[in-house]
Amino acid sequence: MLKVKDLSVYYGVIQATKEINFEVNEGEIVSLIGANGAGKSTVLKAISGLHRPKSGEILFKDQPIQKESTRKIVQLGISQVPEGRHVFKGMTVMENLEMGAFLRKDKSEIQKDLKMVFNRFPVLEERKKQDTATLSGGEQQMVAMGRALMSRPKLLLLDEPSMGLAPLFIKEIFNIIEMINKQGTTVLLIEQNAKVALEIAHRGYVLETGKVVQTGTGKELLASDEVQKAYLGG
Amino acid sequence: MEAFLQQLINGLSLGSIYALIALGYTMVYGIIKLINFAHGDIYMVGAFVGYTAINTLHLSFFPALILSMVFCAILGVAIERIAYKPLRNATRVAALITAIGMSYLLQNGMIYLVGSETRAFPQVIKNKVYEFAGLQVSQTQIMIFATTIILMLALQLIVQKTKMGKAMRAVSTDADAARLMGINVDNVISFTFALGSSLAGAAGVLVGLYYNSIEPMMGYAPGLKAFIAAVLGGIGIIPGAMFGGFAIGIIETLVSGYGGSLIKDAVVYLILIIILIFKPSGLLGKNVKEKV
Repeated sequence: MLKVKDLSVYYGVIQATKEINFEVNEGEIVSLIGANGAGKSTVLKAISGLHRPKSGEILFKDQPIQKESTRKIVQLGISQVPEGRHVFKGMTVMENLEMGAFLRKDKSEIQKDLKMVFNRFPVLEERKKQDTATLSGGEQQMVAMGRALMSRPKLLLLDEPSMGLAPLFIKEIFNIIEMINKQGTTVLLIEQNAKVALEIAHRGYVLETGKVVQTGTGKELLASDEVQKAYLGG
Repeated sequence: MEAFLQQLINGLSLGSIYALIALGYTMVYGIIKLINFAHGDIYMVGAFVGYTAINTLHLSFFPALILSMVFCAILGVAIERIAYKPLRNATRVAALITAIGMSYLLQNGMIYLVGSETRAFPQVIKNKVYEFAGLQVSQTQIMIFATTIILMLALQLIVQKTKMGKAMRAVSTDADAARLMGINVDNVISFTFALGSSLAGAAGVLVGLYYNSIEPMMGYAPGLKAFIAAVLGGIGIIPGAMFGGFAIGIIETLVSGYGGSLIKDAVVYLILIIILIFKPSGLLGKNVKEKV
């Protein structure tokens, strides 16, 4: 579904990723793990068209998208939940979710998806008229995920969904990610928290200083010595 | 007491005009963090469009008002696209200086086109004065106040309820996240300039009616005062601009009503200094704490 080929992205003169290659097949959860500064967020920014790569290709359903606008990329079916959630503070939960469906015109289908989001995150329905600035971090993460789902994505990009959350919330969020995937949405997940990310992943890639250094199924990576040493403190 | 109430009424009219201009400052600041110093001159252009509409095209008040609003909206968008958009990723001071340059361009462009002399604004509203309980309210004052309130309500409706208005708020809180929703940020910025400039255009026509005279440099002082009004209410906050506009208008008329007409401008600038020292985020602004 998504193929990233020899992707190099620069911030000024600093090369954030060095000819990265990976792919995500339809129906999978794929995790990119790596320490801070490994270039993970940069990859997602490039996929969403927020940051232009210097070289390489990003193919979505065999169509190159590395030069498309973010708007077009969202239209094609790629939706991102950014690192740090980035909910629209000062706007209500409901308005945030509406923004997620910004490009859609099918009003009755939007209503259905809204119900689906409220089913998945019942707390959001309770708080739909509340300013998102007043929500807890976990609830904001739910708003950000619900908002991304409102565009009815085929591929969902998640950037550090566990960041700053209490362990109980992390568990809940990851259960939901698994559920979303089981209902047909492909997921590309980026995490520093390698354990939770690999536990739910079909496959994973390990990024170090802008390069893919290891790949395998989620289980293989969890069991591998290098990953154990570097990320799981064992 | 009667004199005080009378000044309050006069202040509301003047404040209406400041508030309409302040809204444009605050919306543009809210979305691209630019103090658009050409905004006061858009208001001047609005006054001249109104003048032409009434004098040459023989339109009545409302069609002239609408025409001026539409013209200024287009002008505002054109300025944004030509002058500010190429500087989107430049330093903020570069855009600020460009805005000042734009202001001079509009002032001197208008002098070039129509000359620098002051001209009388045609009085299209009957100058009837209503009196009750010893207070005088002119038809023009009622018209100014009513038009302002209607425009403010319309603006609130647009910003709170329409898709574009919501997109505006989304872009102003988090432009990158808005992009991830598929929102075309450039279009939203243009829309914001169109809204703000159209309100300035309306203010231009209203002030023509109120003071009966217009000239190409007329945008300077009210522009600055409206900017102070926006800062007083909290720049970037729409209700803040409304509140600040009325407050500055009322303070100014009260000061001149009680014998201080020579220092009324100084008092307004003093307010700016006090606000900047004690509550730079404005009266309605929250003190933003940076989260680490």
